[in-house]
Order: sequence, then C-alpha cells, then structure tokens
Amino acid sequence: MVPLSQREVPGVLRQRVMVAIGVGVLCFTLLLARLWTLQILHGEEMRILSENNRIRLHRVQATRGTVLDRFGRVLVDSRPSFDGVLVPEDAKDIPTAVENLAQLLGQSAADMHGLLTQMSSRPPFEGITIKRDLSWEEMVALETHQLDLPGVSLQMTSRRSYPLEERLAHILGYVGEASQQDLLLDPRNRLGDLIGKVGLEKRLERYLRGVDGGQQVEVDAVGRKLRVLREVEEAPGDTVTITIDRDLQEAAWQAMGDHDGSVVALDPNTGEILALVNRPSYDPNVFARGIRRGEWRALVTDKRHPLNNRAIQGQYPPGSTFKIIVATAALEEGVVNPFTRIHCPGGVQFGNHYFRCWRKEGHGSVNLHQALVQSCDVFFYQVAQRLGIDTIARYARLYGLGAPTGIDLEHEKPGTIPDTAWKRRRFNQPWYAGETLSVGIGQGYVTATPLQMANVISMAAVGKRFRPHYVKDIATPDRTIVRTGTPELVETLKVRDTTLMQVREGLRDVVNAPNGTGKQARLDGILAAGKTGTSQVVKMGEKRVKSSQLPWQERDHAWFVTYAPVDAPEIAVVTLVEHAEGGGGAVAAPIARQVMQTYFDLKKAREGAKYAQN
Amino acid sequence: MLKIDRRLILNFDWGLLAAAVLVIACGLMTVLSATHVPGRLMSGLFTRQLIWATMGMIGLLAAISFDYHWLERYAYFIYAAAVLLLIMTAVLGASGGGARRWIALGPVTIQASEFAKLALVLALARHLHRHVGEHPLALRSVGVSVLLFAPAALLILKQPDLGTAVALGIMVAGLLLLAGLRLRLVVLLAAVLIPAAPLVWHHLKPYQQRRVMTFIDPNADPLGAGYHIIQSKIAIGSGMLDGKGFLHGTQNRLNFLPEQHTDFIFSVFAEEWGFLGGATLVALYLLLMLRCLSVAMRARDTFGMLLAFGITVMIFGQVLVNIGMATGSLPVVGITLPFFSYGGSSLLASMIAIGLLLNISMRRFTFASSGLS
Repeated sequence: MVPLSQREVPGVLRQRVMVAIGVGVLCFTLLLARLWTLQILHGEEMRILSENNRIRLHRVQATRGTVLDRFGRVLVDSRPSFDGVLVPEDAKDIPTAVENLAQLLGQSAADMHGLLTQMSSRPPFEGITIKRDLSWEEMVALETHQLDLPGVSLQMTSRRSYPLEERLAHILGYVGEASQQDLLLDPRNRLGDLIGKVGLEKRLERYLRGVDGGQQVEVDAVGRKLRVLREVEEAPGDTVTITIDRDLQEAAWQAMGDHDGSVVALDPNTGEILALVNRPSYDPNVFARGIRRGEWRALVTDKRHPLNNRAIQGQYPPGSTFKIIVATAALEEGVVNPFTRIHCPGGVQFGNHYFRCWRKEGHGSVNLHQALVQSCDVFFYQVAQRLGIDTIARYARLYGLGAPTGIDLEHEKPGTIPDTAWKRRRFNQPWYAGETLSVGIGQGYVTATPLQMANVISMAAVGKRFRPHYVKDIATPDRTIVRTGTPELVETLKVRDTTLMQVREGLRDVVNAPNGTGKQARLDGILAAGKTGTSQVVKMGEKRVKSSQLPWQERDHAWFVTYAPVDAPEIAVVTLVEHAEGGGGAVAAPIARQVMQTYFDLKKAREGAKYAQN
Repeated sequence: MLKIDRRLILNFDWGLLAAAVLVIACGLMTVLSATHVPGRLMSGLFTRQLIWATMGMIGLLAAISFDYHWLERYAYFIYAAAVLLLIMTAVLGASGGGARRWIALGPVTIQASEFAKLALVLALARHLHRHVGEHPLALRSVGVSVLLFAPAALLILKQPDLGTAVALGIMVAGLLLLAGLRLRLVVLLAAVLIPAAPLVWHHLKPYQQRRVMTFIDPNADPLGAGYHIIQSKIAIGSGMLDGKGFLHGTQNRLNFLPEQHTDFIFSVFAEEWGFLGGATLVALYLLLMLRCLSVAMRARDTFGMLLAFGITVMIFGQVLVNIGMATGSLPVVGITLPFFSYGGSSLLASMIAIGLLLNISMRRFTFASSGLS
C-alpha cells in the first residue's frame, strides 16, 4: 500500500558518499590532532594555568560622567583612587592574611572577618574590596609588605567627588555600593561597584555610568598580575549639564543660615531649577568613600532629617501664600470684584468657633487688593465661604497643588488639597463648612511642598506652569548631545486677563507698598512681587501668641514666594523656614531677597563682562 | 502488518545502535558532572536529562516501527507543522537569556528548532529524490531547495540562534553537493556573493560589525567569547593524558566554563578524562558517523539515501563545529554537541534521527509489503 516511486540510486551518488566518508574521516583526524596538541604537547602549561585560575578577567569600571552647572562649572567630578582588594582563593591562609591586613590598615580584624563572611556568596576568584581610597601611607605599606600578603592587590578605581559638599546634596544624590537587588536589576552591576543610589546620580545612572572595560590578565600563584594579555578600553560616562547656577546655589545656602527649611529658585518661563537648597543637609562625599555604619545610623536617626529633600518631600501648610489661589478663584468666579469691601474686626464668629485674623486689632474695611497686601485673614475667611471648598480645590489643582510636580527625582510627595470627596474617602465624614474657612488661609488639611509653591508663584507670574526640571543637556565624551532638557508646558491658567492682573498688582504691593507684609523682600532697582505666609504647626489657641515665645517644635513655619521683575518675570523664588522665630515677612522674605538680589547682581556682572569683552 | 519480517531483524544495525547508546551514556555522565552540586548525588538537570533519554528511546523505537517510505508522502506536512511551531515559538515562546527559543507544552519546554532540522531533511529528501540522476541538478531544483530552507532558517536566525541556523546551512549544502551541483552555478554564486560582502558590511551598524568581527575572530572580544575560548582550551589542555578524574575538573567546578552543560560540555569531558577519554569520544563519534554513512551508502532507494545522508551531515556537522569550537579551532557559535549536551529536545530529536537511520538500514532489502514499486 505504499504507492510511492522507489527510485534506484544513481551510481554517482554512491561515489559522492564515498567522498563524504573521506572528508568526515579527515575532519575527525584533525580534531584528534588538535586534542593531542592541547592535552599532550601543551598539557603541562595548561595544567599550570588551570590551577588557581591563572587567566582572569579584571574589570575596569568606567569613569563616571561629570556633572556641570548651567555655566559649565564642575559640580560632581571623578578622581583616581586606590582600593585594597583581597582574593581569598589566592590568600591560602586567610586568618593570617586578615591579621596582617588589619594591622597595616589600622582596622579591627573582626570587622574584616565580618566583611569576608558577608561576601561569601560571591563568584570564586572575585576580589573583595577591603578598604577604599587608601592613603599614600597605606598604599606604601601594602606594597612593601607584598610578600606577607598573598592575594592582596591594589586596584585603581575612580572616586566620586562633590566639591559643593552638603550645599547641593539633595539634587545630586550620591553613589553607593551595588546591593544584591541592584545586581539583579542590572546584570552589568557587580558586587562592590559604586552606582547611583539617590537623586540625579540614580536617575541618570545610564548616562553617567559609561561602558566598563576590562583586562584579560595572567596572574601568578598568589594572584599578582604577571602580564596583561588583552585589554578593552573603558568608555567614560556622559557629561551632564544641569540648570543649577552654582553661585546662586551657594548664595541660597548662605542666605538660609542656620535655619531648617528649603529654598527653591526656578525660571518660571521654562521650569528650569536654578537653585535648590535644603537645610539641614548631608555630605555626599561621605557616601562616595564608603559610609561607615555609625555615620549612617547618625544620619538616619537625626531628628532634623538631613537626608530628606524637603523641597519635594516636605509637606507644609502653605498658610497665607495660599491666598494667591483663593484670590484668583474669587475674582474669576465673581464672588467679589475689586471694589467689594469686607469689614475685618480682628476675627469672625462661625458656628461656635471664633476665627481670628493674625492682626487682633483688625484691618477695618478692606478690598481684595488691601487684603492681599496686608494678608487679612477675615477677608479670605469670607471669600472662602462664598467660594465653597470644591471650587477652591479646583483652582488649587489648576495651580499644581495636590499632585506631584513630576520633577525627575524619586519619592516626591503630592501634598494635600482637601475637598468633600477627599474628606469622605479619607475620614468617611461630610465636609463641615467651618473647615472651608481654615482652607481659605492655607491652613486645615491643606499641605504643599516648597517646589509646588514655586509652581504656584510661577503660574501667578506668567500664567503658565512648566514641569520643574534640572537637566540642561547630556553630552557623550565626544560632545554629541544625547538629551536636552526642553521646557514641558503642563498647564495654562485659563482665567480672564483682568483676574491675573489684579492678583499680580496685589502681589506687587505686598513687597512695594509701605504697609505690605513682604516689604523686606524689596530689591535694588528691580520691581519684585511676592506673598508672605506664616503657617501654624499646632492648632490656634484662644489667643495668638508670638511664634518666638513658643517651644521650637511648635513654632510656625515661615513662607515667602516671590518673582521678579514684575513686568517680565525671569526668576521665581520660594523660601520655607521651619519653626521660624518670626513670620514669613520677617524671616522668609529677607532670605528670598538675598537670593533674588544675588541673581540680578550676577546677571549684571555677566552682562558687564560680556560688554567688556566686546 | 503486525507480522514482522524476519529480514528486518536480520538487517538491524546493532553496531549503529550500540555506538549511539554508548555516546549517550557518556553524555549523561558528563551532564551529571557539569551540573554537579557538591553534597548532592544527582542534580535536577541530570534527572531531567535522564527522563528525556528514556523518552528518546521510545522515540527511537517509534521511528523504526514503520516503513520510512510513508514519510515521503507526509514530508511537506511535517515540515509545514515544524515551521508553524517555529512561528508559535516566535510569538509566544519563553525567552531565556534574551532569546525566544522555547515553547511551553504543559510541564515541558520544547525547542522547536531541533525538530525543524529533521523536518527540513525530510522535505529536502522528498523534493530532491525525484530530480537527482547522473547529471547535475537543474537550477529550478536548487531554487526550490533554497526556498524550502529559507523559512526555517530565517525564523531560527530571528530567535536568535546562529548555531542552529549554521547547522541547517551545512546540511542543505551537504545535500545539494550530494545531489550534484553544476560547477557553473557554484562559480556564479561566488561571483555574486563575494563582491556583495563589502557592500553589506558598509550598511551594518557599528555594533553589528563588532558582532561579526567577534564571530570571525573571538580575540576581538577578549572579555566575552575570547575569554571563554581561552578558558575552554585551558580546561581541555589541563586534562593532559589521563584527566583530572570524574567530578574533579577544576575549571568546570569553579564555573569558569560558560554554558558548561550545553555548548562547552566537551571541555568538561576532556578535562576530567584527559586525552585518553577525549580521543575515545572522538573515535566513538567517528565510528558512529561511519555507520551512518554506510546506511546512506547502502540505502535501497534515492529517498532513503538522501534522508540518511542529510541526517548524518546534520548530526556530524554539529559534532565537528562544536568540538572545533571548544578546542579553539573554529569560531564560537552556540551549537550543541548531539547526544551529549544538556537539552531534551536536542536529545529526543537526535535519537529519533538514529531511529530513522536504523529504519532505512533494516529495510534496505525489503520491498513495500503491498502495492507496487
């Protein structure tokens, strides 16, 4: 039942199979000859090479990319450093080796043993970094005692250095040793590698890290390099230019003095961050050299939280700076017009609660302009009541509150903008009308980060909001630009021109009117606008006490948000001082002024230099 | 049909079966060593390989149980099914190490390309056996052969699995040479391809050029393939005359050998058993190849001969390329050592292939039990 043609095999095919047999036999004979060569003729030397794995790969970690400020000045650099490395397989007698090492490096042998057990899961023959960044004396000691230290070698690596130290820590972040988890996330990571852990160092890791090189080396029986057989050059990481102005950053740091808090300066037309200071801070150089356990514990347990990036993680009640938003809503929704006057007797009774104005004598009869300039609370209690919580919340979100700004840094907080739906979700309770009054002056449940407030003042200044960013451009070592930080428009404030104009006039007079709360922020020769804020940390008592009379942790936070010049804004600054000894006008405004003034002085100096050159 | 022809048993090639079983046994032992974890008798991978070998035996027996002429009728269907399986692998395959080569069927994962190799041999044998004669192949037949080869080769290249694609290419070339190519055609192909090479090179991206360079010269990648070659040569050479002993290969034990239970398994074997073991294994493969070629030589009809020859070229082309690579004589291509490397699909397909050869061998004197010839 097999109906297929079964054709006779042509004779020539059988001849060709004979040829194939010949070719096959020849190939196999060649293989045998090859085995003879490798195993018999070169067997002895191969056996020696196989003992202790004499041919090894030494990886050369690429030099990390440099970070420059907006004018090309160095913010993060890499410098060469020498590490002491131990390959336990080469050491033969590990306890003695550790004993000798500990003595030479002045470290405890117990610590070193701990390091060894920690590293027990590493691949065989991979070195363990015993001590990073050896001093000249330590290097000499290791070199001269080479014979007593089998398995120990010096390895050149590049060490990260942060010349601005703690003054720019929170944007830059730091590098640290790759953890087990990092090894899984990116197969290029090896134990002991220094990789970006936080901040820019982490976010831009793929640009900064470069491409590792390596050497194929032959080592002797105790692991010392005999010769380099082959080599692949490392390719250094890209150069990142950020939008920070180093001088302005320094000025902001100085201006903050010993206060805890945050200063953010940005260009409202683009969202470029010009300066970002948090106090207290930490020194990233400590991480680069390998942070000690005690140092780390001290940082983590510090009650003032130096690791916190307050500018994006600190959520504070915005206080009277929030009145910018309420004023916009009030004018746009028509609940008041510029001529609407409200009488301020120093407080207002609502239900069974008396809501105070910060000025207990009262402001008398005020319109919106005067209420902004003198920061009258009673005016805004009334306005908030007329607007209702959900309308206020809508405008607050329009200004960018209640959601992260989207800056390319990790763990940014969204702040809180309460409304009826939020209250039900959060507490399963209805919204009480009295709570709207507190929201009207930026208290109650409202919180915002300093960076969000920078967005608010930028939007008041130019009517638009851009995503805050810090990358200006990224260039490869051969100067090809691979990424540029282009402005990203997030929201346009769609309100009548007159609304914005009236708000801006108010903000201008906060700084420039004789009775303005922010007159300490006045600049030389440049017209600035701004808003003060003093936000309560603890609930108001029966009568308001001066902040300076309270215990430190119960003192108010002082805010100042500002932009300049008024008619063509090019910089917006936010200052937040935690637990200040005075209000926003007294404590925060002078700091903001100093940053602003530096900005315009520097600008003038640069223009002068340019003019002189021409 | 159940009546077994006495001649079938008389003509059974016991030598071929014995040689194959011997190589497989050595392979199992080496997989055990290559995947050995100190303190445990058997590794999970070894147990799995043992199960696959058992399944392979069943596959082998199945492959001799019917008259191979049936395969001629279904050759194209089988090949189409294999290509379909390759497409499925590409679409929903499991990726391991960045490549999509496996497809999950219940508890087991199948490497479709291993079966596609066999299917392609079938399809080519079916196509060519009507066209071969005392004269070289017509151009049309060569064209059809290339068209048959293309889908499987492209799908496998895309996985990417250069090694298997190379093995396929060697097999097609071998079959076409057997069938007879016109000298003019060979010259013409050379005249077209050689000038084209620099043009193609120019259009490759730098990283692609680097990859090709590494393929031609592993020393161009001293931290990757180049290092592997050196370690493999050290492993083999350090075995010296009589080896370091079973489970005592230091290179293997310290995980210096890349892919030690698949692509570089020969190095593990040669390190532990020395030149005596390595040479014996090579001789065993040679013996097996001679038995296989003698099946092709003595096949009763052209289809059987082409089938037997194609299978033989496929298997031993891989053996030569793999051992050549491990000893540093040939460029590094990820190709497995048939009967030896860890990998169920490869072992199963190879054993089915041996079954087919036995089938062809034992039916060389019989005629179809019914029908006409």
